[in-house]
Amino acid sequence: MAAGKEIRTQITSIKNTQKITSAMEMVAASKMKKAQDKMLSSRPYCDKISTVIGHLANAHSEFKHPYMEKKDELKSIGIIIISSDRGLCGGLNTNLFRSLLKTIFDYQNKSIEVSICTIGKKATSFFKKSGLNIKSVLTDLGDNPNYDDLLGTVKVMLDAYDKNEIQQLSIAYNKFENTMTQNPTVTQLIPMIPVDDGLDYYWDYIYEPDAKETLNALLVRYIEALVYQGIVENIASEQSSRMIAMKSATDNAGDMIKELELVYNKARQAAITQEISEIVSGAAAV
Amino acid sequence: MPTIHVDVVSAVEAIYSGDANCVFAPASMGELGIYPNHTALLSTLKPGEVRIETDKGMESIYVSGGIVEVQPSTVTIFSDTAIRAEDLDETKALEAKQRAQQAMSESGTKKDMAATQAALAESMMQLQMIAKARNKKSKL
Repeated sequence: MAAGKEIRTQITSIKNTQKITSAMEMVAASKMKKAQDKMLSSRPYCDKISTVIGHLANAHSEFKHPYMEKKDELKSIGIIIISSDRGLCGGLNTNLFRSLLKTIFDYQNKSIEVSICTIGKKATSFFKKSGLNIKSVLTDLGDNPNYDDLLGTVKVMLDAYDKNEIQQLSIAYNKFENTMTQNPTVTQLIPMIPVDDGLDYYWDYIYEPDAKETLNALLVRYIEALVYQGIVENIASEQSSRMIAMKSATDNAGDMIKELELVYNKARQAAITQEISEIVSGAAAV
Repeated sequence: MPTIHVDVVSAVEAIYSGDANCVFAPASMGELGIYPNHTALLSTLKPGEVRIETDKGMESIYVSGGIVEVQPSTVTIFSDTAIRAEDLDETKALEAKQRAQQAMSESGTKKDMAATQAALAESMMQLQMIAKARNKKSKL
């Protein structure tokens, strides 16, 4: 019964894998809850600062900040790519990279240079083979990203914009819709796309200490907030995607075990039948 | 008595939201007292205390810096989470650049660390499973 033993070994090994995947599923489920809470608690800042930016776009300020003015010539653009540090989360990163590569090719066909900033190990290892110019890298953020960590990374891109090395900055991440769906999204950060708030009278803020400094502080914070929000959403997406992937892996392992057990039982049955018939025929011969 | 809506938010959480009679904020040019129907104003904040006067009493919140936006009926205070300083940001930016250069230079010569680690973890897991399977087999 050599075949029987082999099948048994296979079943045990699949059972062990199933234990691992189901444990990972449960861990991801609890982490997802935390990540979602984090995402929701950082939303008010983002919403409020977007509202202020909306006001600002309509404020008819005398001073126009470079982040709010479209540049005439588009020669090169920057993209901040947010991915996860770890794998085993389904097609999350792959989907993002695929849609991103399409966007990048479109730009390159228009002979616009693309330089990137990668956040997360997966994006870093994927894009360094792509031959694109990587301006900055941020990895090992963990489940609780620290706000301080992303400042330097964002600053590199903003400095590049200030020096006119790039004329546009976008951000790419997985937007968390719900547990089942995460959508790869590419959004333009600067120059900002003005939102119309419907006010048609003329007004402007009083700026303290002056317009330039205040606007600069505000806009830098706005961009950082958007990047932070992207990171937090991407973490929530990662955990929920991992949970789904591990759930289906556990289910598949269960199916495989069922099938193998069927095969095993059949083999055992056949062996027993064979033994009985051998005994019977042996007895008949005596 | 008219009231003004106050929101204090930081990048990680909403700290305060409610109606107030008056708000005091530590603006960079000196403390601001904001009453309802204040004209639109945008200012940076220095580290200090934000005081919010409501009917129930005084709320006090510490901010390490940030921005205040005033509209006639609302005040929004964006509190900084991160500690900011020009040279501190500069070093961080440099670090990020160095990491990028490192990643780019490693790509040709060394194998990718993340991929190697993943492969290692996978083979470790397989070894463990084989050991387990062997143990069970020997018991049978």
